[in-house]
Amino acid sequence: MLRGVALHLLRAVAVVFGVVSLTFVLLHLAPGDPAAHLLGPAASLEQLEAARHTMGLDRALPVQYLAWLSRAIHGDFGMSIARGRPVATLLAEAWPATALLVVLSLAASYLLGIAIGAWQANTRSRVLDGGLSAATVSLAAMPGYWLALVLVMVFTYRLELLPSFGARGLDADFLGTWPQLLDRLRHIALPLLTLTLIGMGGAARFVRSSLRDLRDAPFLVVARARGLSRRQVIMRHQLRNGLIPVITLLGLSLPALFSGTVFVEAIFAWPGVGQVLVQAVQGRDYPVVMAAATVSAVLVVVGNLLAELLVGLVDPRLGSGDVAR
Amino acid sequence: MSRGDAGMWRDGRTRLGLVILGVIVLLALLAGVISPELPAAQHSIVATRFLAPFTTDFEGVFHLLGTDRLGRDVWGRLLHGARISLAVGALTMLMSLVIGVLVGSVAGFAGRGVAAVLLGLTDFALGIPRVVLLLLLAALWQPSATQVVLVLGLTGWMPIARLVYTETRAQLGRPYVEGAFALGAGRRRVLFRHILPHAAPPVLAALTLGIGNAITLEAGLSFLGLGVQPPAASWGSLIASGRDTVVNAPWVGLAPGIALVLVVVGCTLVADAVGERK
Repeated sequence: MLRGVALHLLRAVAVVFGVVSLTFVLLHLAPGDPAAHLLGPAASLEQLEAARHTMGLDRALPVQYLAWLSRAIHGDFGMSIARGRPVATLLAEAWPATALLVVLSLAASYLLGIAIGAWQANTRSRVLDGGLSAATVSLAAMPGYWLALVLVMVFTYRLELLPSFGARGLDADFLGTWPQLLDRLRHIALPLLTLTLIGMGGAARFVRSSLRDLRDAPFLVVARARGLSRRQVIMRHQLRNGLIPVITLLGLSLPALFSGTVFVEAIFAWPGVGQVLVQAVQGRDYPVVMAAATVSAVLVVVGNLLAELLVGLVDPRLGSGDVAR
Repeated sequence: MSRGDAGMWRDGRTRLGLVILGVIVLLALLAGVISPELPAAQHSIVATRFLAPFTTDFEGVFHLLGTDRLGRDVWGRLLHGARISLAVGALTMLMSLVIGVLVGSVAGFAGRGVAAVLLGLTDFALGIPRVVLLLLLAALWQPSATQVVLVLGLTGWMPIARLVYTETRAQLGRPYVEGAFALGAGRRRVLFRHILPHAAPPVLAALTLGIGNAITLEAGLSFLGLGVQPPAASWGSLIASGRDTVVNAPWVGLAPGIALVLVVVGCTLVADAVGERK
């Protein structure tokens, strides 16, 4: 068990390191100069040189890389070129907004997805099952930015019900506690709904097929024969066994969800990490891009790691920590 | 193979998936015939812009899905956009297939050392956040369709490599494969005649799902303005162009999105069926 965990950790560190190095190389290979972006077209050659020197861009690439790495390990990601503020502060400000969106939508989509999937797997009505399948397949197929557009169309323009921009209203500071909370809720509604609907579709499909496979399993037949109620059979026996693969899916969907939030944040102007990343890439803000790429690589790796360890905990048969893929 | 195909056809959902994909591919292939006008062609902007679906403009041209802000026919642009989106999806998966089969089979046949290196590489590639890489490349270099295909292909082969590797390892121990080797068959022959056919169902399923995925990702990039560049238009850029006309001309953004969802649903249905055949 311990050896398995250590191996996983080692691989995780290797992946993060690899991604970070790749990002660094790509970033510096690419045309475009942050100094030019910062100073504008009117800057003289001397000014550009001076700016490059203060940013350390005139040093050899390996030297720059090692310098960045040794600082990043200590949690210092440098200063944002475009905004002149510490990158760590920028990310720390953006991080909670993304985390809130990701955690809430993950929880909501899996709870709803499991409920719908379990309902489908246990219903005898083919019409109901087919109808729900059609709905979940379509939802899972929808690109986030398009669904977001449709939701804005309906809820913002047709019904004039919900705002579609930012995390809080312009007058939020002048509101009392409860109105402020309501304002927050109204702003998060559409981005959250977008991510939840898409995630729910995928989760429901997976849960349905996972539980379907178990429907006539001997241990469920025995449970029914023992006179347990339908509810008990489903909750205690079917779900407990059928949801094991769902945990893996949960971990694997973390990176997908992150990439989904990049698009959704761009549409709803949600002040999260995705927004910071897109703006930084466009402005050649090297330190910010490096930090954002590192954070997302860590997120992906942690998601996979958690999934593998969780499965080991839930299903003792796979408890070695080295999970069958 | 024919028996299997008939079996697939008999299942209602799979049939629906095949019909959806077939019709869309056909429409994309015939785009030039159905809508011979260049998709970027403009007429009188003032008189023909934002026409609702099913209207005929003053020149007597019928617009099935209406027109956009520049008076361009949405149906025509949708058809021509389908060519780009579908081509991106297909080429991407072709590339993934070649790399995946190569890595997977070499790892399967090779000794432990080589296999460990190749599998480690696969794990590493799986850990790369695809969207971040795409954003980076697209924003740093001049974005183009070729580049999107390259990146999507280079980051999409891992599931296939794993499937091929597992199947190669599983089949190599079977007596009939030993028999084939004993009869003098080379590795390549064994791979293509015996091992790959066994790996085909899950690989095909992964491929079909991957096509849908690639099309969606490309559309996402184009949506952010980092994919296929105008005046050429993929479904993603069509959705993007509908973004700021949500209020007065919702059909501009709705139509390409529905087309995209249809393709992905079709791919999902077919992949489900192919994956279940074993």
